[in-house]
Amino acid sequence: MPDPVSNAPPAPMRIRARGRSFLALVLSPEAPLPLWLEGLDYQIARSGGLFTGKPVILDLGLLAETTPGLATLMDDIRSRGVRIIGIEGGSRHWPATAHWDWPETLDGGRPAGEVEIPEDPSTSATGPVSGGGTLIIDQTVRSGQSIQHMQGDVIILGSVSSGAEIVAAGSIHVYGTLRGRAIAGVGGQAQSRIFASRMQAELLALDGYYAVTEDIDPALLGQAAQAALNEDRVRVTSLPA
Amino acid sequence: MAKVLVVTSGKGGVGKTTSTAALGAALAQSGQNVVVVDFDVGLRNLDLVMGAERRVVFDLINVVQGDARLSQALIRDKRCETLSILPASQTRDKDALTSEGVARVMDELREKFDWVICDSPAGIERGAQLAMYHADMAVIVTNPEVSSVRDSDRIIGLLDSKTQKAERGEKVDKHLLLTRYDPARAARKEMLSVEDVLEILSIPLLGIVPESEDVLKSSNVGAPVTLAAPSSLPARAYFEAARRLNGEKLDVSVPTEKRGFFDWLFKRDA
Repeated sequence: MPDPVSNAPPAPMRIRARGRSFLALVLSPEAPLPLWLEGLDYQIARSGGLFTGKPVILDLGLLAETTPGLATLMDDIRSRGVRIIGIEGGSRHWPATAHWDWPETLDGGRPAGEVEIPEDPSTSATGPVSGGGTLIIDQTVRSGQSIQHMQGDVIILGSVSSGAEIVAAGSIHVYGTLRGRAIAGVGGQAQSRIFASRMQAELLALDGYYAVTEDIDPALLGQAAQAALNEDRVRVTSLPA
Repeated sequence: MAKVLVVTSGKGGVGKTTSTAALGAALAQSGQNVVVVDFDVGLRNLDLVMGAERRVVFDLINVVQGDARLSQALIRDKRCETLSILPASQTRDKDALTSEGVARVMDELREKFDWVICDSPAGIERGAQLAMYHADMAVIVTNPEVSSVRDSDRIIGLLDSKTQKAERGEKVDKHLLLTRYDPARAARKEMLSVEDVLEILSIPLLGIVPESEDVLKSSNVGAPVTLAAPSSLPARAYFEAARRLNGEKLDVSVPTEKRGFFDWLFKRDA
């Protein structure tokens, strides 16, 4: 006897959906475009990870159909690591922009006001970013200073003082004493770690999970140690001598 | 070439003004022309510690704003003729200091003196930043306790970023002056040790000034300890610090009480 239930078409699997909003940056290039691109390079150099992982909408409203350099603008911007998810103003019927790879039009956006482009002289002044996106700081990071590096690892050759803060997309290496806060794996890099020659951190955070000094095994304080994420918990273990 | 020295700390009450007066008097007694400048506008104290409070007519604000000439505001010390003081105003606040005005006064002081010693206000705001802006050298006054050390660390960060030298890509020469050091409490481990402080701040040590009644007595009679009680332990520490500022290489000794052997024993056991 056939089972009536098994004969029925299987119920479609339930799809879970949640809302999440991101703030997209709207970039408005101005003529002359070569100078504008220079300005963009300058901003990127000064505020490291400003565009990293951020959705960007290109607003052509300040440009004309015949602005020199318009044809290559899209590639020029994309080659700088900026992710364009939409284009406003302008038209895909302009000769200069017809060959562009136009993203699907997005709707439902609300203007959110001017975005202050952060300038972080502490990052650009103290250590050049090497080719692999690693930031090397040759000195001690003092109380009240904050080093933010959204592209890769941060290596500190001095100490990190109590009240100082290191924020990195990748791992953090401290060759002196880590007394301040180390926040690694920002942006979802859960495999990031924090290493210190002498571990005395006020706070260790990895991909959003954190531990304070009290959570660290007292036997490890002041010793060479590393912090890594293990089953969503920050685990501090000693480093082999 | 004149040297501009800022005496700073972040935290209040650690001995900035006392140290400014004592170092100024010590340097002046070696024959160099020294001016001590009170940047603590609104809470001036340097004139009291220097015993010049009854002779103040014009002050730093008057000179900065062009209401008085520098020579009218400078007060020469009665006990040491190579020592002068430029007092702060008690009735105004730090907003009255403009950066252009301060720059002009500092240039003028550099021409007249061998040492320009700026007594910084506590804190990290505008007043403290103006006091340090023109400095070639800094003396960071620190007590051996954690809050003072952390504030000093913050000030060192500012000296490395918010001074004229830093803006030009140069370094301000930084020296640590450990004050109110109590050998007995240090032996009982009730204070941070000299080694701990040096390890955290990692700047060269200029001197260790012991906690002493001589400092308090001198302040109350209106004289720098290096003038009022030149043979006292703290005065000797300041004289040695002044010689180090002049570039002499001297070992820094940890001030101990006379029971030296006992301390030595204690230290070895600890």
